[in-house]
Amino acid sequence: MKIILEQLLNGLTIGSFYALIALGYSMVYGVMKLINFAHGDLFALGSYLGYTLLVFGSTYVTATLGIWGGMIAAMLIAAIGIGIAGTLVERIAYRPIYSAGRLPAVVSALGASIVIQNGIMVVWGPRPQAYSSKIVASHVLNIGGIKITSIQILVLLISFILMGLLFYIVQKTTFGAAIRACALDRSTAALMGINIETIIFFIFALGPALGGMAGVMVGMYYRKITFVMGWNYGLKAFTATILGGIGNIPGAMLGGLLLGILEMIGSVYISTAYKDVFVFVILILVLIFRPTGLLGEKVAEKV
Amino acid sequence: MKLYKDTNNKNNVYKYWPIFLLIIIFLIFPFVINAYWVDVLFFFGIYALLGLSLNIVLGEVGLFDLGHMGFMAIGAYTTAILNTSFGIPIIVLLPLSAISAAGFAWLVCSPIIHLRGDYLCIVTIGMGEIIRLTLNNNPFGITGGSNGVYGIDFPSLGSIFVVDNSTKFYYYIWIIVGLTIIGLINLQRSRIGRAWNCIREDEVAAESTGIDVRFYKLLAFVLGAGLAGVAGNIYASKLMIVSPESFSFMESSMLFCIVLIGGMGSIPGVLIGAAAISLFPEFFRTFAQYRMLIFGVTMVAMMIFRPGGIWPRKRGAIERKLILTKAGTENG
Repeated sequence: MKIILEQLLNGLTIGSFYALIALGYSMVYGVMKLINFAHGDLFALGSYLGYTLLVFGSTYVTATLGIWGGMIAAMLIAAIGIGIAGTLVERIAYRPIYSAGRLPAVVSALGASIVIQNGIMVVWGPRPQAYSSKIVASHVLNIGGIKITSIQILVLLISFILMGLLFYIVQKTTFGAAIRACALDRSTAALMGINIETIIFFIFALGPALGGMAGVMVGMYYRKITFVMGWNYGLKAFTATILGGIGNIPGAMLGGLLLGILEMIGSVYISTAYKDVFVFVILILVLIFRPTGLLGEKVAEKV
Repeated sequence: MKLYKDTNNKNNVYKYWPIFLLIIIFLIFPFVINAYWVDVLFFFGIYALLGLSLNIVLGEVGLFDLGHMGFMAIGAYTTAILNTSFGIPIIVLLPLSAISAAGFAWLVCSPIIHLRGDYLCIVTIGMGEIIRLTLNNNPFGITGGSNGVYGIDFPSLGSIFVVDNSTKFYYYIWIIVGLTIIGLINLQRSRIGRAWNCIREDEVAAESTGIDVRFYKLLAFVLGAGLAGVAGNIYASKLMIVSPESFSFMESSMLFCIVLIGGMGSIPGVLIGAAAISLFPEFFRTFAQYRMLIFGVTMVAMMIFRPGGIWPRKRGAIERKLILTKAGTENG
C-alpha cells in the first residue's frame, strides 16, 4: 500500500510537469489552431535559465532570501524570461505566416525548435548540466511511513497553485472570457471588440512562462538537464494535451496528471523499458473510442 | 487530325528537355565527384524516396503523418532480420519489406483512420514512437536492442551483379527513385489521384460525390508505407546495420519538412525539399556547431518567404478555369 501511494505521488509530480507544459500547448492551440512545436524547447531553455540564475545568483539572492527563497526567485525570473522568449518566437516565426494556413506554421515551428535547441547547445555546451545540492535544498521527509522529498512538496504546491490560478483567470475573469471567445471564433470575437493581438501576445507569454517554470522544477527534481530534453517532454506534454482534449484547459491539466500516473503505473507493473509504449497505447485506445480526447467536446462538422 | 497529333508529340519531346538534361547530369555525376559526395547523393536519394512516400499521405490526401519513419523501420528491420537469420537475399526482401510495411500500415491505420487533423497527427507520432521503443527493447531477442542488427548483405542478382560500392548504390537508389516518380506521376493523373486530391480539398464534398473516403485514405497510407519499406530495405543494405536511433521522431519531422518546403503534392518540389534537407547540412559543415542553428533559421525564413513551398504544385487546367470563371462572375 505504501509503495502504491509513493508511486502515485511520484506519478503526480511528473504529471504536474506534463500538465504545466501541456497548458502552453493547449492555450496556443485553442486560440491559434497551431501546434507550437517550439514549446518543448522553450521549456528546456527555462531549465537552463533557472540553472544559470541559481548558480550566479546564489551568492547574492540566497544570502538575503535563503535557499528556498532563491529557488522561488529563480523560478519567477525564468518564467518572465521564457515568457518574453515565447512572444519573440511568435513575433518572428509565426506572425508573418498566419495568413498562409496551418501547415507552413508547422515547419516554421520545427525550425524555431531547432534554433532554440541548438542555441542552448552553443551557449551552455553540449554536455548535461546539473543542479547541484549547493543551489537546491532537498530533504527526505517521512509522513506516516510514506517517503516524500521537500522538492516534491514544493513542485506539487507550486504547480497546483499555478493551475488553480490559470483556471480562475480563464474561467472567471473578463480577460479569460476574452480568451475563450477567441478560442471559439476569432473573427466574431474581434467584432465584439476584443483585441486579438493582445490576446495572442498574452497566450504566447503565459503558456511558455508556465513551461519555463516547469523547466526549473524539472531541474530541481531530476538534477540533470540536457539540451535535447525539450523534445522528450514536449512530446509527452503534447500527448497529454491530446489525451485531455486539445484546446481545453481543464483537459490539459487532467491529461498531464493522468499521463504522469499512467507512466508510473506502467513502469512499476509492466516494465520500465515499456512504460512509454504503454502510455502511447493507452493514448491510441482512448482516441479510438473518444476521438476528441477525454474532455474534448464533440465538434459538429462544418459543411 | 493527324497533323495536330504530330506537332503535339514533337512538342512533348522538346518540352521535356530539362528533364533529359537532369538525367544526363545525374548519370555522369559519379565520374566527376569523389566517393564522399556520391554517398551524400545516395542519402539524398533515400530522402527523396521517403519524401515521395510521405507526399502520397501528406501531399496528395492531406493527412498529417508524423510517424512515417516507423514504416521505414519496419521495412529495414524485416530486411535485416530475415537476411541475417535466414540468409534470404536482399533483392527478394525488397518486395517483401514493402509488403510487410504496407501490411503493418493497413493493420494499425484501419482503426484510427477516422481521426481528424491533429488527433491523427499525434496517433501517428505515438505509433512511430511505439515502433522505435519496441525495437529498442529487443522483443524476443530478435531486434538486438539499441545496438541494432548488423552484418546485412549487399543487394545482388546471383553472384554476377553485386551492388557493393558507393557508385553502384548511387545508381541503384536513383533508378528506384526514377521508377517511383514515373509511377507517381501516372497515379496523380489517375482516378485514384483525383479522388485523393478531392478528399484533401473537401472531405465532406468528396464523400457526397461517392468517393469511398475511408478506403482511399487507407490506400494512401498503405502505398506510402510500402514505399517507405522499400527505402528501409535499401538503407539497411547500404549501411549493413540498422539501429532504432535512425528512426526517431526528429527524422519523421524532417520528412514532414521535406514535403512542406518543396511544396505539397508536387513531385519536383519533394525532390528539391529532399535536396535542401540532405545537402544543406553538408554544405555548412565549416560552421561546425552553428550548422544546425543556421539550418533552423533557414527553415523559418523559407516558410516566411515562400509559405507554399519552393515548387508548389500547378493547379490542373479545369481547376484553373473554374477559379477564373468564379473570379469573373464575382468581379463583374
